[in-house]
This record gives sequence, structure tokens and C-alpha cells, in this order.
Amino acid sequence: MDPLLEVRNLKVQFNTLEGVVHAVNGVSFQLEKGKTMGIVGESGCGKSVTMLSVMRLIKEPPGRITEGEVLFQEQDLLKLAKSSMHDIRGAKIAMVFQDPMTSLNPVLTIGHQISEALVVHSGIGKEEAYKKTLDLLEMVGIPQANERYKDYPHQFSGGMRQRVMIAIGLSCKPDILIADEPTTALDVTIQAQIVELTKKLQAQFGMAVIWITHDLGVVAEIADRMIVMYAGYMVEEADVYQIYENPRHPYTLSLLKSLPRVDRKKHDRLANIQGSPPDCIQMPPGCPFRPRCGFGVERCAEENPGLMTVAEGHKMACWVDVTTGRTR
Amino acid sequence: MNTSQVLVQVRGLKKYFPITRGILIQRQVGAIRAVDDVSFDIYRGETLGLVGESGCGKTTTGRTLIQLYRPTAGQVLYDGVDLTREKGQSLRNKRRKIQMIFQDPYASLNPRWTISRIIGEPLRVHKIITGRKAQEERVQELLELVGLDPCHTNRYPHEFSGGQRQRIGVARALASDPEFLVCDEPISALDVSIQAQVVNLLEDLQDKFGLTYLFIAHDLSMVRHICNRVAVMYLGVIVEMSDQDEVYDHPQHPYTKALLSAVPIPDPRATRARQRVILEGDVPSPSNPPAGCRFHPRCPIAGEECRMDVPIWREAAPGHWVACHKV
Repeated sequence: MDPLLEVRNLKVQFNTLEGVVHAVNGVSFQLEKGKTMGIVGESGCGKSVTMLSVMRLIKEPPGRITEGEVLFQEQDLLKLAKSSMHDIRGAKIAMVFQDPMTSLNPVLTIGHQISEALVVHSGIGKEEAYKKTLDLLEMVGIPQANERYKDYPHQFSGGMRQRVMIAIGLSCKPDILIADEPTTALDVTIQAQIVELTKKLQAQFGMAVIWITHDLGVVAEIADRMIVMYAGYMVEEADVYQIYENPRHPYTLSLLKSLPRVDRKKHDRLANIQGSPPDCIQMPPGCPFRPRCGFGVERCAEENPGLMTVAEGHKMACWVDVTTGRTR
Repeated sequence: MNTSQVLVQVRGLKKYFPITRGILIQRQVGAIRAVDDVSFDIYRGETLGLVGESGCGKTTTGRTLIQLYRPTAGQVLYDGVDLTREKGQSLRNKRRKIQMIFQDPYASLNPRWTISRIIGEPLRVHKIITGRKAQEERVQELLELVGLDPCHTNRYPHEFSGGQRQRIGVARALASDPEFLVCDEPISALDVSIQAQVVNLLEDLQDKFGLTYLFIAHDLSMVRHICNRVAVMYLGVIVEMSDQDEVYDHPQHPYTKALLSAVPIPDPRATRARQRVILEGDVPSPSNPPAGCRFHPRCPIAGEECRMDVPIWREAAPGHWVACHKV
């Protein structure tokens, strides 16, 4: 099956006073229709920048997409004119952001903000947009939609605001919904509600979802495939079951080992990863994870391993085979 | 752990924040009942976890406990002395043994102070070490203790990463040789790979100095790892408290059950096979908490008595305390 979205060798830089930040260094992946892709990594690893670049929401300057292609419906989004991007954003690919307080306009009613997207993209009248907005509010589980239509964002709780954001995202029945840390600012019980809601709506509309998060627990719950990013590089990509059961990159492996589990008794100290992520301005030569890696060999210091296929549908970037300890 | 030695006794602690109206003539129109009658003990050398969702009053409990906020009612007995009656120099002297680690390593360090001045402050305030040279040496010793380079005393906070700043916060807390540390979400602002480093550091320090921790957090997986006992808070009250494995493996209160089932497990098979309890709605406002059991509007098993009467805090099993009509 042809992928719905294909990103090829995407590279993004930012010019800052301290130097050039290499935020994304060659990200490639394919997203299939109706599937969920999880992108995980720590702050500053380039996961949000990757998806903002796909949406062409990077501010240029200081940002610059230096290389790559983003293929969606037989066109390269990176080459589209700004005006044609308007027809894609919101209508075909929608995005839900992390902080539902700052991404909603505080001086406009919730109803206005949801119907705006409908009026702009589907060209329907105000009357019809009003009805559709009520349907959407109900669908995302906001009770008394009729009354809440006229409420302002500050009258909603964090979880409810995120539901409103999802309603806006879904208003035009997009093919892809990009969720950028949608539950990070929320409590666990509310997070569980949002995850369930997204799964339900995904089954209903058959849209594909890209879920960006730093929480390896949430990805395990929602994703079909996942990408692990580190310092702007993709270090591993595979089916979720494969990654959790058989992680092949030292970073993924140690990250999973460092997590305590709510369903298990404590047995030992947490495995920890020494040091902290590198500065994306002065990247060390070779593999970006080498200074913190327990498996390093000489070659790691000289040459950055590219992504290689280690099993069917399982790619990773490391010179060492963590299961045997042998170099490639 | 010697369970007979109680270090901190909290009895009927309440903290209400006034809601006022009017600009010139202010009058109180209500109160946020952030902490509403909380009692618990902390044993010497243990780690007590205080968990709950945002706004449940866990941070306020921690701050009221060490008298950063003055309680509306209740007692905090530290080694038998009621801290709520102490003030001024006498309170400061008592508080030397009680320190706090704050959540935000960016906001809790003065950006204009050098590391040496930040960590040395408790030494000066409590006149523990006098003389600049001796203070400097102690600061270097503390830096080494928390795994930082002792040569960095003249640097400023912005030169450090989040994890390193949290280590500076820990070093400052340790400067006055405390017995008891209130750790208020010490790892929630940190990246995943850094969280384990800080947790291991806290565990090592506990072993080394026999510290007692009150560990306030919303990350239930980490709390299970680090704590001996756990107290679960909801809307200003403690609903369940017991040994950590008992709470996690045999939760009694419906809120604890829902909370635990909502925590994602980093294992797709385990997390998808689980029976989840998805709670409806949001936490109500603490200015007007529901009558009866505070959890009843969201509780899947609430009955008539839950709407009417406040459940009694009782021992459902040895050492396992719970406040619920249905248990």
C-alpha cells in the first residue's frame, strides 16, 4: 500500500546568535492510512521541529529547511506555495498542540474558534457551521454543548480545553492528525480520557495520527509504529511491540531500563544514563550518543552510523549489536 | 526501618486560602480549602510518598508542614515539638534540620548568585560555618557529594543544565545537615534520562546520611520505586495510605484504583491488556468541595451514603488506612 505521508531525509537548521542549531538531521519515515506513529525523545531532540516542518510552520528565518521532501498526496509539501499550504493545513493535516491554554485565543468563544475552521475550509454557511460545531463538541465529550458554545477558554479546565483543540483539529475530517505532546500538561486520569477519545475518534474517522511525546508509557498505549529520536537524529524505528520487547539501539535500551513501572515491585536501582544530551550547535563528531553510551567502540567516535535495517520493518542507527555486543 | 520512631506527626492540618473581593475595601467571600484536615506520621529514615493530581493539595501540605505557609488549623509535631507554635529565631533553629527541594530547578535558584553563594546561604543563615575559606571548602564538598565538579563554585545557574541545577538544589538542601527533606516534585521538570540520575542520587544520600523524605509527586511509577509508604490525596484530603506495595497491588479506594489504572506502562502488551477505569469529568473546585465523600461525583461505585456522610478514616487492614464507605 502506498503511504499516506512520506518524509524523506528532512533536515532543519536554526540560525542563532550562538551558532547554527542542527535541529533535525535527516529524518525519514512513512505513515500509512489510519495508523498511529509515535515519535519519542527528550526535549530538544527535534521531534516537534520535525512535525512543524512537515506543516511548514517553522518560522523562516531563523529556521531553515535545508534538505528533504515531504510527500503527501503526490505533492512535495516543502515546495508548495504558501497559499496552497493553507488548503492543506487544518483541512487535510491538522495539529493539536501541547498547551491548550496558549493555543486557544482567550478573547474568542470556543464556538467561534471551532466554527472558524469549518467556515474557512469547507465554505459552509454560519448556520450550518454552528450545527456542526455542536456535533463536534458532543463528539469530543463536552456536555451541554449548546451552552458551552458561547464560553471562553478560561471557563474550561485543561482537559476540556484539550478536547476543544481536538474538536478544532477534527472539524474538517483531516487525513492526518498531528498531536504534539497533547497530554503532557494534563493529569494522568485526564490523559487516559484524551487517549481513549483519540483512539475512539481514530476508529470512527480512519485518520492517521502522529503522536509526539516524551512519555514511553503513552506511546506503548497508542502507537502502531514508533520513532526514537536523539539530538535531531532518528536512532530507531520499528513496530511498538518490537521496540519494547527487543530494543536494538543503546539509547532506547537504556531509556527503557531507566523507567520504573507502576505494576512491578522495586527490585534494584534504576539504570541511569550518564551525562546529558549534546548541544545541537557543537555536535561531537561520530555518533551523537557516544559520550553517554555504554556500548561504544572506536568507530563510533569517527563515523555517525546511518539508519540500517536489522529486522523486517526495524531500523536503527548503531555500530554495535546490543544483543551480542559485536560490531557491525 | 524502625517503625517505632516517629519523626513527624501531622494532626488535623488545614490550610485555607482566602478568596477576596473588592479593591480598596477587601472582604473575604470564600476560601480555597487546599488542605482540609490531614493527619499522618512520617517515620525516621523512611520515604513517604504523597501523590495526587494537580490541585489536590499535596504541595500545600508539604509547604504547610515546614511552615512556609502558616496552617489554618492543626499541629505539626517535629520530634515532639509543635512547629506551628514556633516563630522567629526559634523556628529557624528548628527548621535547620528540615529542608526542601523544589520542583522547578530554573525558578528556585537565584540567577544573579554564584553557585557558591547559593549553596553557602544556609551555612551563613544558620551560622553553621563561619569564615569564607571554610564555607568555600564546605560548598566544594557538597558539590562533590551531589556529583558536580567542585571547581564550578563561581559559575552561575544558567551555565548548568536542568539536571545539574536540580543537583545544586539538592546540595543547598544538604548544606545545613538536615534530617528531613521535603522533595516537592523534584524530578517532574527533568527529562526522562535525567530523572533516574536524580532519583538514584536521592537514594544514595538517604543511605549515606539516614535522611527522611517526604516525596511529593504525581508520577506514580517513580513513587512506587522510591517510597516505603504512600499517601494518596484527592481534593485536600488523604483518601488512602499504606505500604507502597500494598497500595499498588491491593488498592482499596476507588480513586486510587482509577489513578493507578490510568498510569501508562512502558510495555505495549501489559498496558493494552489492562482493565482501565476511566474517570468521568474533572476534579471539582476546592473552594466548594462536594458534600459527603469528596470523590462521590466521579466515583463509579458511589451510593446514597457517599452523598450524605463524610467517610471515616479507618484501618481496613493492618497498616492500610482508607476513607471510603464502600470498602
